[in-house]
Amino acid sequence: MATYTKPNKSNNPIIRFLNINTSREVGGRELPLWRQIALQILCLVIAAEVMFPIMYIVTLSLSSRETRPSSLELIPQEISLTAFKQVIDRPTANPVTFSELLRNSFLLSVGVGLVSLLIAILAAYAFSRFKFKMRQVLMVLVFVPLLMPAIGLATPLYLMMNSIRIADCGGGAIAISPFATCAVGLGKVMFNLRDSLIGVGIAMVSTALPFAVWNLKGYLDTIPKELEEAAAIDGADANQIFFQIVLPLALPQLAVTFFLGFIGNWQGLPSRGSSSQSPNHTRFR
Amino acid sequence: MASISLIEREKKKADFRKAITPYLYLVPAFLVMAFITFYPLIYQVIVSFTDFQTKDLLKGLASENLNSVGVKNYVDIFTGGLPVQNFDFFRVLTYNLWWAVTNVAIHVPTGIVIAVLLNTPGLWMKRIYRSLYILPIVVPPLVVATVWRNIFDAQYGAMNQFLTSASMFFGALDPVRIRWLEDFTAPIPWLLPNGPLTLAYYAMMIANFWLGWPFMALVATGALQSIPKDLYEAASIDGASGYQQFRKITVPLLRPAMIPATIYGFTLSFNLFNIVYFMTGGGPARSNEILVTFAYDLVRNLRLFGAAAAFSVIIFFVALTLFLITNRLTRATENIVE
Repeated sequence: MATYTKPNKSNNPIIRFLNINTSREVGGRELPLWRQIALQILCLVIAAEVMFPIMYIVTLSLSSRETRPSSLELIPQEISLTAFKQVIDRPTANPVTFSELLRNSFLLSVGVGLVSLLIAILAAYAFSRFKFKMRQVLMVLVFVPLLMPAIGLATPLYLMMNSIRIADCGGGAIAISPFATCAVGLGKVMFNLRDSLIGVGIAMVSTALPFAVWNLKGYLDTIPKELEEAAAIDGADANQIFFQIVLPLALPQLAVTFFLGFIGNWQGLPSRGSSSQSPNHTRFR
Repeated sequence: MASISLIEREKKKADFRKAITPYLYLVPAFLVMAFITFYPLIYQVIVSFTDFQTKDLLKGLASENLNSVGVKNYVDIFTGGLPVQNFDFFRVLTYNLWWAVTNVAIHVPTGIVIAVLLNTPGLWMKRIYRSLYILPIVVPPLVVATVWRNIFDAQYGAMNQFLTSASMFFGALDPVRIRWLEDFTAPIPWLLPNGPLTLAYYAMMIANFWLGWPFMALVATGALQSIPKDLYEAASIDGASGYQQFRKITVPLLRPAMIPATIYGFTLSFNLFNIVYFMTGGGPARSNEILVTFAYDLVRNLRLFGAAAAFSVIIFFVALTLFLITNRLTRATENIVE
């Protein structure tokens, strides 16, 4: 006999029904029907608590009234798509369409994810594999910016990006400051880094980068060193080892890091988006 | 012949290349970070010693009106000399720490209990429940904060309506109209002796609880899968009850996975800008502000850039201290487990 099961002594059919073993495992812990039902009720209560604000949002979005409802409505009473239509046509007070917002968010998130990934994988490989003198110091330097609040870095970034402008000086001359400026009084600004999506993307890379380095370094630490040693014996130098052996092996974690960076930047932070004034460069919030 | 032979010269070149390879790999990352992180950091430190204001924004540090005021900004922050109402640095700091600690203390046990609940063998619709419980993480934070602010509204909020129906069920006559987000009086007067906790704190705790336990349950579920079932079988053969099995098997084996999650949750709660700012705006008379919302206010609304820079530097050192302490804690517990 593998396990010992208590004999079902009761003669009452109701109690025997309630004690049916609902656990589908053989020989494991048994789950009588009454305990299963009690657990199900508990899970449903928790699900109600989780879904409650979400149902609130769904109901509100599907109703066609203009003001806040005065009573608690959780189940959508009417399905009216006026709110959705309004969001898609004119989401904010600025004259941008929903598809433009979507495009901006998407471009930014993908761009920031890719750029931070490419830069981070190089640095993570250096921290993970090489032994050099300033390794500890440089590692701390890379992770330290995560501790500074984003607001703290916003103002200098704003000023620095403001100073990178491309102005048309009239007469065919183009000045790219801060290297060259037009004469005083001339010059129509064509492109201001502060006011563009690229500027916002650069600001977003500043937090995405340390996180990506930390993530990738942790994963690269788990790749066995014997593979690289075997390649070195066969005559590969460091660059070849990196590009042809380590990089393909690290692809799953690269995908995960890209995904995390994408999701993290998709929702946007108030400190980042506020540096761009032009309505064409607003994103989802 | 005193000159170095060809072979030795080649070897020196190869050695040199090998020595600088790691630095070459680091160059792109540090180049980017030098511009977008280190330069603003040093800039802020310099600004924190001046009285930078909006009129200086055009020229930056080269502005003529910029005066160096020494450590006046730092002294102002520590002694409350800023023109901001209800600002006492140490009160805000203790409130921030208390907020993070109580949040984590509620989220982690709840997450563990729910994860264990969902892990019961033979539970029906387990996968549906697991997917459902992830939903709070996916909702954008601004939407979460706005919805919970609506729920805690004094007139039309769902929480007050729920309490009204519950109290009428027990025979009360008047509707419940608690002013969650505006009330000044503290229900527990002696809690936090240097600044009593208003009702808005409890409202934010409930909202953050809704948002916080799914992540802990997720981590705990992952860790629970790695506990071998034979341990439970052996324990039940020896006669251990379910509760004893939980205490002696589940909890110790979950600990290595839950400790990094706890620390991450602590850091997240400590810097939780969204819920605090968008739900209560800092609470009645700024009593619920945490450090990062104050920094945001100093920059956006009050435009005291010098004081804001000093504040950011101070927050940086507070975060650094916390980071070092938690680092020491995780290393200590890792050694114990291993």
